[in-house]
Amino acid sequence: MEKLIIKGGRVIDPAQNLDETLDILIENGVVVSIGGGIDAEDAEVIDATGKLVTPGLVDIHVHLRDPGFEYKEDIASGTRSAVAGGFTSVACMPNTKPVNDNHTITSYILQKAEKEGSCRVFPIASITKGMAGESLTEMGELKEIGCCAVSDDGVPVSNSEMMRRAMEYARPFGLAIVTHAEDLALVGSGVMNEGPVATELGLKGIPWVAEDAATVRDVMLSELTGCRLHVCHVSTKGSVDIVRQAKRRGVPVTCEATPHHFSLTEEAVRGYNTNAKMNPPLRSEEDRQAVLAGLADGTIDAIATDHAPHHLDEKNVEFNIAMNGVVGLETALSLSLQLVRDGVIDLHRMIELLTCSPARALDLPVGTLEIGSDADVTIIDPDLKWTVDAQQLASKSKNTPFDGWEMQGAAVCTVVGGKVMFDIAK
Amino acid sequence: MAFRHKHILGIEHLSAEDIQLILDTAESFKEINSRDIKKVPTLRGKTIINAFFEASTRTRLSFEIAGKRLSADSVNISGSTSSVVKGETLEDTAKNIEAMAPDIIVIRHGHSGSPHYLAERVGCSIINAGDGAHEHPSQALLDLMTMREHKGSIKGLEVAIVGDITHSRVARSNIYALTRMGARIRLAGPGTMIPAGIEKMGDVTVFNDLRDAIKDADVVMMLRIQLERQSKTLLPSLREYARYFGLNQENLKLARPDAIVMHPGPMNRGVEISSYVSDGEQNVILDQVENGVAVRMALLYLVSGVDAILAE
Repeated sequence: MEKLIIKGGRVIDPAQNLDETLDILIENGVVVSIGGGIDAEDAEVIDATGKLVTPGLVDIHVHLRDPGFEYKEDIASGTRSAVAGGFTSVACMPNTKPVNDNHTITSYILQKAEKEGSCRVFPIASITKGMAGESLTEMGELKEIGCCAVSDDGVPVSNSEMMRRAMEYARPFGLAIVTHAEDLALVGSGVMNEGPVATELGLKGIPWVAEDAATVRDVMLSELTGCRLHVCHVSTKGSVDIVRQAKRRGVPVTCEATPHHFSLTEEAVRGYNTNAKMNPPLRSEEDRQAVLAGLADGTIDAIATDHAPHHLDEKNVEFNIAMNGVVGLETALSLSLQLVRDGVIDLHRMIELLTCSPARALDLPVGTLEIGSDADVTIIDPDLKWTVDAQQLASKSKNTPFDGWEMQGAAVCTVVGGKVMFDIAK
Repeated sequence: MAFRHKHILGIEHLSAEDIQLILDTAESFKEINSRDIKKVPTLRGKTIINAFFEASTRTRLSFEIAGKRLSADSVNISGSTSSVVKGETLEDTAKNIEAMAPDIIVIRHGHSGSPHYLAERVGCSIINAGDGAHEHPSQALLDLMTMREHKGSIKGLEVAIVGDITHSRVARSNIYALTRMGARIRLAGPGTMIPAGIEKMGDVTVFNDLRDAIKDADVVMMLRIQLERQSKTLLPSLREYARYFGLNQENLKLARPDAIVMHPGPMNRGVEISSYVSDGEQNVILDQVENGVAVRMALLYLVSGVDAILAE
């Protein structure tokens, strides 16, 4: 019997409303007891004195790029990046090549994750076959074999009737529709947020209304169909407001915000920085403030990274032709802790946004340290000072806008199913 | 004063003193262009590459002539807008050019920010000859030189710029330059062609009506309506454009009687400007072209001296 005791840490588990200095006993990958003064002769012991001990962090929006784009990331490297950032569960988007729209690709992802992965992987299947927006995927079977939700992330379903039917079809299977809400006609050939900075730089803008209009549509379709809707990476004042109002009306909607949208604004693009190029784009300070308010008041349910690895060659080009997206798994926790230091949210809320709340949004069986649950644990040193060095990231890709940033706080040990999968000391 | 810019990436980075120095230098070079033997040895032994990745006749010719009149060796290369189409990245293209040891690369490129991209990656001087919808510094400088010649001073001038501001690098560079030199800018154009936040770039007022923008103006600058870019979502027709945003003898009367009419070229006669105006008494359009050579000589000369100054 494998036994592990995590001793003396401040255990915070928002799912159980727990915040106390306690020990955790793990046997055979399951949390067996939590309490004071736990000892067991044959157990491996991790001393967590002075550290935070939380449920393993959950990121419901990552791109593992596998199959098809293994030069950017693969399941092994992406999940190594996850545990290095304190994440024990990731939900991976279906825009692989081929697209994860069928049993075979989902099985491939699950088997490879089982064999080579460092953390749990929950595949998200596509809404439409090939993400082409034309016909539904076999959602029933996809759910049965392990997909946790469906999404055409990155290529939003433009046809409103298609989206309606997808929601009607997904609802009885208990699948949430995960929407990348952007009206592509309004996005046009835009490459950054529309506004004074885009005008100065001579870059084509993407207006806020591209996101707000699509968010409104999907929220209303969710209201019509009763299908659970999760809105990816809200980045505008308007979309935060739309979700807030929808929740008040009882619409089954959740949403997430990314660390880059709550930490940066369109100003980061100056100098034609391609590592500040993503979709939706970095917005104005007013939008950023609205996202912060949404994180604080409960409108936003999850901090999710939209970890989007791209090869150096795809970023080391003119801004217009650079790929969209940034890696985020290894910087998310530190940037979230900054929100706590800035007084935007408290520690309890931050952990909630990174554990049980995202798990709930996609109905994942993780995100808590309750007795009997799988022993996914993240040990955090909230004071650890470190400097981001893109070249040192565990991810294959180095496209971070935070290279060189002075950070405070990091995961020092990540336990997945009772096994130490990351230890900062090693 | 000494000029301390190794690159000319945009007017944004230039001070009023820099602009003054460039214009004064250009003025002193201008005389060479009317000599019998139009050549001085100033940049003998220097190599200038004119790398034009986007179509250009006037600007390219102007830079080439400017280099030759200063005795530099100017070489031209051209390519498609996107270097990716050819399978070579802009960085690789630039590094290959750099390996042949040029002193200056003059670049015209369809993507905003391309000159900045190069300046970060190669060792020689970079001069921006137009990047996307971002900046076209030598055009703004030749425009200011022309205004100064005709109006004596830039300070206090009321300058109307009319047309497709959204896609215009000429407008952006002029807004920076004119604001820095104390002129006031009035903009007018179709609602689809006025970009968000343009007022924040300088001393700028946006007018809905062309007539309000040119009323009592000292300078009326008409921008080329880019037929190749004009998609049907931006304009219903050139006919309607000409009617509401074209400069003609009638609406030009609203400007000051001594107002000058400018156009960066190439013109669409009968669209943004009527031939009566473009060929009329108030037009200074060919003066702009003439001054373009002098301004580009000044830029080539000034950036060439910077390494020596910085080494002092």
